This record gives sequence, C-alpha cells and structure tokens, in this order.
Amino acid sequence: MEKTLDLKYTYTEKKDTRSGFGDGLLEAGRNNPNVVGLCADLIGSLKMGAFQKEFPERFFQVGIAEANMIGLAAGMTIGGKIPFTGTFANFSTGRVYDQIRQSVAYSDKNVKICASHAGLTLGEDGATHQILEDLGMMRMLPHMTVINPCDYNQTKAATLALVDHVGPAYLRFGRPSWPIFTPADQKFEIGKAWKMIEGKDVTIFATGHLVWEAVVAEAMLREEGISAEVINIHTIKPLDTEAILDSVAKTGCAVSAEEHQLNGGLGDSIAQTLIRNHPAPLEYVGVNDSFGESGTPTQLLEKYGLNAENIVKAAKKALARK
Amino acid sequence: MEKHSIDHLEGICSQVRRDCLRMVHAVQSGHPGAALGMCEYVVALFFNEMEHDSDFKMDGKGEDLFFLSNGHVSALWYSVLARSGYFGVPELGTFRKINSRLQGHPATEEGLPGIRIASGSLGQGLSVGIGAAQTKKLNQDDKLVYVMMGDGEQQEGQVWEAAMYAAHHKVDNLIAAIDLNRQQIDGPTEKVMDLIDLGAKWEAFGWQIVNIEKGNDMASVLEGLAKAKSLTGQGKPVMILLHTEMGYGVDFMVGTHKWHGVAPNDEQLENALGQLEETLGDY
Repeated sequence: MEKTLDLKYTYTEKKDTRSGFGDGLLEAGRNNPNVVGLCADLIGSLKMGAFQKEFPERFFQVGIAEANMIGLAAGMTIGGKIPFTGTFANFSTGRVYDQIRQSVAYSDKNVKICASHAGLTLGEDGATHQILEDLGMMRMLPHMTVINPCDYNQTKAATLALVDHVGPAYLRFGRPSWPIFTPADQKFEIGKAWKMIEGKDVTIFATGHLVWEAVVAEAMLREEGISAEVINIHTIKPLDTEAILDSVAKTGCAVSAEEHQLNGGLGDSIAQTLIRNHPAPLEYVGVNDSFGESGTPTQLLEKYGLNAENIVKAAKKALARK
Repeated sequence: MEKHSIDHLEGICSQVRRDCLRMVHAVQSGHPGAALGMCEYVVALFFNEMEHDSDFKMDGKGEDLFFLSNGHVSALWYSVLARSGYFGVPELGTFRKINSRLQGHPATEEGLPGIRIASGSLGQGLSVGIGAAQTKKLNQDDKLVYVMMGDGEQQEGQVWEAAMYAAHHKVDNLIAAIDLNRQQIDGPTEKVMDLIDLGAKWEAFGWQIVNIEKGNDMASVLEGLAKAKSLTGQGKPVMILLHTEMGYGVDFMVGTHKWHGVAPNDEQLENALGQLEETLGDY
C-alpha cells in the first residue's frame, strides 16, 4: 500500500532506533570525556558494544540489577560524569520507579535513562516485556524530560542532544527495523515539536514509531481530499504546547498517535493542553487499557489499532466532530 | 582535618544529642532512636576523620563524601552539618517545618548545604555511594566515600545488588557502615526478619569487614575507623559493622525500638536533656 501512495517523506533504508542510540552514544563518548555508560546485561540488545569497546574504562557492566544501576548512575553524576543507563524500557521504568523518583528525579541528577524495546513492536517476547505505561510514569515525575524519537536518525540526534542537556531524562526507543525518513543532519531541539507536513483540516500529533504511520496516513487522507498536518512530538515533556495550540487553532481538530496506553501518554498530554486553552475534538490512537501479546510488530500494530489505517479512521472521526 | 581529643568529641556528641531531641520534640515528629545511637560515628566522621569542606560544593571533588542511606536519621545529620559549619545552627529550629531546607528526610530540592542526594526510601544509598566512588576513581581523586545504612535496611534487595557490584568492580575507595542496633520499627530485627550473621554475609559477598563492637564509645569508633581506612585501596570494599544501642545517652530511650519514630513529650524532653550536658550552646 505504501508503494502506491504519494508520501511526503520516503526512505531507502530501514534500521532499528536502538542502533541510533548505540551510534549516538559512541559519538557522544568521543565528543565528551564525561559520558559514561552503564548496562544491565543487555549490551547487545542496547547496541552499547561499540561504546564499551572504545571506552572500557568508562563503561560499567551492572549485571541483572537495574535498581542498583539507577543508584550508581545517580552517584556517578556527583563529580561531573554524565551517565547513560541502558536496559529494556520495562526494566528502565516500572522496575526501578522508586529509585528513579528519589535518587534521580527528586535529587535532580544528570542521569540519562535510555530504554529500548519499548511498546508492542518488541514483538514476540510478549506482554511481560512490552511496556506501554512508561511515558506516563516518566512524565509524571517532576524534573524529568521525556523523549521518544521516531527513527534511527532522530534517535541518534536525540542521544547527542542529551549530552548537553543538564538534568534527568528518559529516552525511549525500540527494537524493530523501521524506515529512516528523517535527515541524518537534523538539529534536535529538546522540547520543540517538528511540523513535518503542513495541513489545514486535521492535525496528527505522533510520537516514536507512529510518526511514520502518521506520514503514511497523511498521504492516504490526501487521496480522499483531506488535508492533514503532521507534527512530530519527539519530546513528550516538556511538551511544546505552543506548537500544539497553533496547529489546532488552524485545523480545529486533532489525532494523537503513540505506541503506549491511552492513559497517561501523549494523547493525555495533548488533551490536557487543549482543554485548558482551546477545547477541540481529539481522537486517540494507542492501546486501550490492555496488555500486549506475542506476534510480529506489524501484526501487533494492526491488531491493537496502531497503524496508518487507524490514524486515518481517527482523523475522520475527529473531523466529523468539528 | 584537625584532630580533636576524645573528650572534645564526646562533648560535641552531647550537644548533638540535645539538638536531635529538641528538634524532634519541637515538631513532635522525627526519629530520635537511631539518631542517638549513631551519634559517635557520625560526629567522628565529620569532626575528625573526613576531609571535607563546609563551603559546600555539590561535585565534592577532592573531598571525602558522606551518604546517609537511612535518611530517617536526618536530625542527627542536620545537627552535625550545622555544628561543623555547613549552615547556621539556628536553622535547626526549622526542622520538618513548612518552608524549611531541613526536610523530614534529607533532600537536595531546597538546596541545604551538605546534602548530595535525597534519601529516605531505603536501600538506595549504597548504590549512590558506589557510583560516586567510581567517579572519584575516573577523576583520579584519591578521597574516600562513606555510606551509612541501617540494619533493618539490609532487608532491601537493592543493598545486595550493590554489595555484589562493589566487590566485582573492586570499589576499594569506599567505607560503608551498618548501624547494628538490632531494632526496626516493628520490633527486634531477629523477630521481624532475622539478619542472622551479617558479617558472614558481607564477607561472602567479597567485602572486608571491620567490627566496631562498642559503637557508642568514641575511642572504639576512632580505632575502628582507622582500621577501616587502612583496608582501603586493597581491591575490596570495606564494611563496618557498627554495634550501637538505639537511644544511647538517654536512660529511658536506650535499647528499645519504641523510640524509633516517636517524639518525647515536654516532661520526657526535660528528663532527657537533664542527662546531656549543653556543651556548645543550644540553638
């Protein structure tokens, strides 16, 4: 289906976003001697091997002990290190929430919590590992910055941007091979939404892997004569409320799209912004209060309603409510 | 650090105990038991053993660092910090009150000098201290990191994650200590959750053990700390088992878990203060 569409962004290569993190971390290590890496027995999965190889003295294998890893990272900031912790998103958040809350967020420590295999697209491992609540948990914490980039290039750019950002941050990425449709030389500005496609009838706010689905949905809507604006919300917190309100003031309705529970994620963040400033119809694309299951990423996105077709449906519903 | 006589250090302990009791009494809230029990050790660290700068800098480069993992013993740490010049002694009167920098549990949010990380939710401080110690090594900073924990806190799983890690990574610029008063909120540790032989456990995890059998005797504490320091730099982390009595220094508080988190009333305060000489002037 994608092949026949007139897409505003295209790709020649697919790659996992976690590799964007791994390559970004290596470059960050070369640029800044204070960057250190910690990993809880998932070096290969997190793509931290190149950093470990080049900077063995700045890399710390923690073993399967995520709580300790968060505490270590918080301590390492005292004296000027910039720790990047790596494990799956599930073990980066839910498993260590209290450690993050007290030792990192409340203590305002410069720790970068880097979380792979987030969401349904983890695939076959199933619901134990497919965390769909992490954005909500992290954005509730005061002081915490929350970033969910959309492809390899954006994940690499976000990783590099975090080196110069002072304060606790959560960086979420994933496992599946995914289109690389944003430029390699992009400037990544934390907290600044990116209007990728200009439109006038409906705004699609998307984050993470679903930004690509939003790009596809825009082309599908255009074929039906509907003009959709696509905004890439790579930073969930601090949220670019100005960009959101400007767009909805123009289009009058919106769709949020995320690989996350409807509760507490991007959709709720946008709803909160709209309801306080400019009430307008908003339709959510996300997982509706359920756990995931085993399957391929494509099968799971389809079954749980998280693909371009569902964004199109949601956009039409939002339009009808205007 | 300037070395003080044992008499002088004991005098400081008496004043610090008065501070703790008056702070807790004033807001009828806080944790006097362990504060009284750990007094000699923390006073010895700040007034005699640690190289530290009361002109506080968060990064702590070139200084010995102290982390209080059992953060509920905040009154003791605040008194010691104030008495060693980190902030004015009168500020102790704001303990646990609204708009205070002296939060119920230690925090960095309000910018109280001396505090480098929040603590209170137990089991996290050892990990933090190990991380800080590894940063010191990366920075070629030869100073030490001290971490204080409670014995009930040893029931938290994260402590043992940290125990394994520090030995594996040879974090030998670290001196941790456990306040072994054998009491926790719900009663004696042996009844709540028996710790059995903590020394054997830590030894089995690859640590060097120093026992301070008389943790409320200043001479024993200084001797134990000297031994602990002599064991640093040998490829293994160091653990002090600090045998103390909860509530030490006040006859009706000593040796029971009942004063873990209970404030004295007016009459009890007066009785307690009568047993503790005012050596440096009350705040």
